[in-house]
Amino acid sequence: MELVTPSIGLVFWTLVSFLILLVMLKKLAWKPVLTAIHDRERSIEDALNKAEIAREEIAALTNQNESLLKQARAERDEILKQAKILKDQIVAEAKASAQSEGNKMIEKAKIEINNQKVAALSEVKTQVAALSLEIAEKVLRDQFSDKKAQESLVTKLLNDVKLN
Amino acid sequence: MEFSHILNYKNFRKTTLLAVFLLFSSINSFAETVLEVAPHTETSAHSETTAVVEEKFDPTTTILEHISDGHSWHLFGHTSISLPVILCTPNGLDIFSSGNLVNEHHEAVPYNSGKNTYLNEEEHIKILASDGKIDEEASAKLYDFSITKNVAAMFIAVIVILLVFLSVAGAYKKRVGLAPKGLQSFAEPLIIFIRDDIARPNIGYKYEKFMPLLLTIFFFIWFNNLLGLIPIFPGSANVTGNIAVTMVLAAIVLVVVNLNGNKYYWAHIFKPDVPFWLLPIMWIVEIIGIFSKPFALMIRLFANITAGHIIVLSLVSLIFIFKSLAIAPVSVAFVLFMSVLELLVAFLQAFIFTMLTALFIGTAVEEHHH
Repeated sequence: MELVTPSIGLVFWTLVSFLILLVMLKKLAWKPVLTAIHDRERSIEDALNKAEIAREEIAALTNQNESLLKQARAERDEILKQAKILKDQIVAEAKASAQSEGNKMIEKAKIEINNQKVAALSEVKTQVAALSLEIAEKVLRDQFSDKKAQESLVTKLLNDVKLN
Repeated sequence: MEFSHILNYKNFRKTTLLAVFLLFSSINSFAETVLEVAPHTETSAHSETTAVVEEKFDPTTTILEHISDGHSWHLFGHTSISLPVILCTPNGLDIFSSGNLVNEHHEAVPYNSGKNTYLNEEEHIKILASDGKIDEEASAKLYDFSITKNVAAMFIAVIVILLVFLSVAGAYKKRVGLAPKGLQSFAEPLIIFIRDDIARPNIGYKYEKFMPLLLTIFFFIWFNNLLGLIPIFPGSANVTGNIAVTMVLAAIVLVVVNLNGNKYYWAHIFKPDVPFWLLPIMWIVEIIGIFSKPFALMIRLFANITAGHIIVLSLVSLIFIFKSLAIAPVSVAFVLFMSVLELLVAFLQAFIFTMLTALFIGTAVEEHHH
């Protein structure tokens, strides 16, 4: 029975020391400690969240970059393609225009040549006619100067002609 | 306040042996006092052992004396600390040293303080009448508020707890946001354990209000349990194995639980969901329940710690019962084993007390959604 009979002195002192301990620790230890632990946990959580957000942002940025790059590449390809087409077109056009220009020039030259030829020919003709006339005149003059020969010829020709 | 070096201390084994030896010597001299062996002038352990072996040894008295409270704190051999005696008597408050109540051979002697004559009869202070007999009527009106061995040990524990946790709190103020270091890393896992594994699951979102109480209960019980395991001063007192201490703790739990009981808690007690004719029986049962829960707390802690002390003391007493030093290695081996087990029990009982306190608070503040 001695063991299970609480003595009033010990009850009193336990109560006093426990309550003092409770009040002191609550004010001086538990409050700052729990607040500090809570704050630290909160800051760690925040840091982790922020890191996660940053990671996501970086991933998004990388994605964006990649898509931009892809887009840029596609654009470049498109531009190159168009340039090529344009080049081909220009070359073809140039070729065509050169061709037609050449043709035109050739045509013109031909006409010119023809014209020149015709002019030359007509001149030659005139020259030839004039020369021929002159020669004929000279020959005729020469022929008609000899009367005897003329008469012989006429005789001969008259001989040839047999009146039927 | 870093304790881990103790385990790495190369003289650890020597220290243990010394501790065990000191435990022996204290038992010896107590046995001597009880058996009123003729006083020795020599105080060497050897002569004491011889004296005890020659006399009849009563383990029950020795053990009971060891686990109960006392007005002086025995250190070793014939050396004891005299503690202050504070008495509330019909003739007024009386304060004197307990050294006045014993003579040089540690036998109880009457002491006249001027107001009354006192006699320490088996650690109960009685008032003596003028004829030298115990005055029962006056003794019944005597209230003993002495700083006994348990009170002194409890004060030491309180001081140790304050030193430890004030330094921990200081470390938190100095090292804001940094990882815990030193004593801080000893305290923080325990504090977080109590918060996350005891308070939160049992109490719910209102846990923050009860954290100081739970933490204080846990560390108060645990430190007192551990100090009780140390066989020499400043340990050796059986504080948490004293029914008065556990009663106060249980009473605090009772008050806190019922002051914080919400309408659902009281409705569960006074308007349980039973047929009306069962109500009177239910009231009785529920009201008994209010008191039986803290009562169980009180008995559990008291019985566990006291049992541990009794087992260790019994094992040591074997040496004196068998009157042979040959049994000493066996006793020491068992005592060592029990001490390690008691280290576990010290933590476990503090944990269970805190856990059940949280559980009772939880039932009182729980919101019901029917």
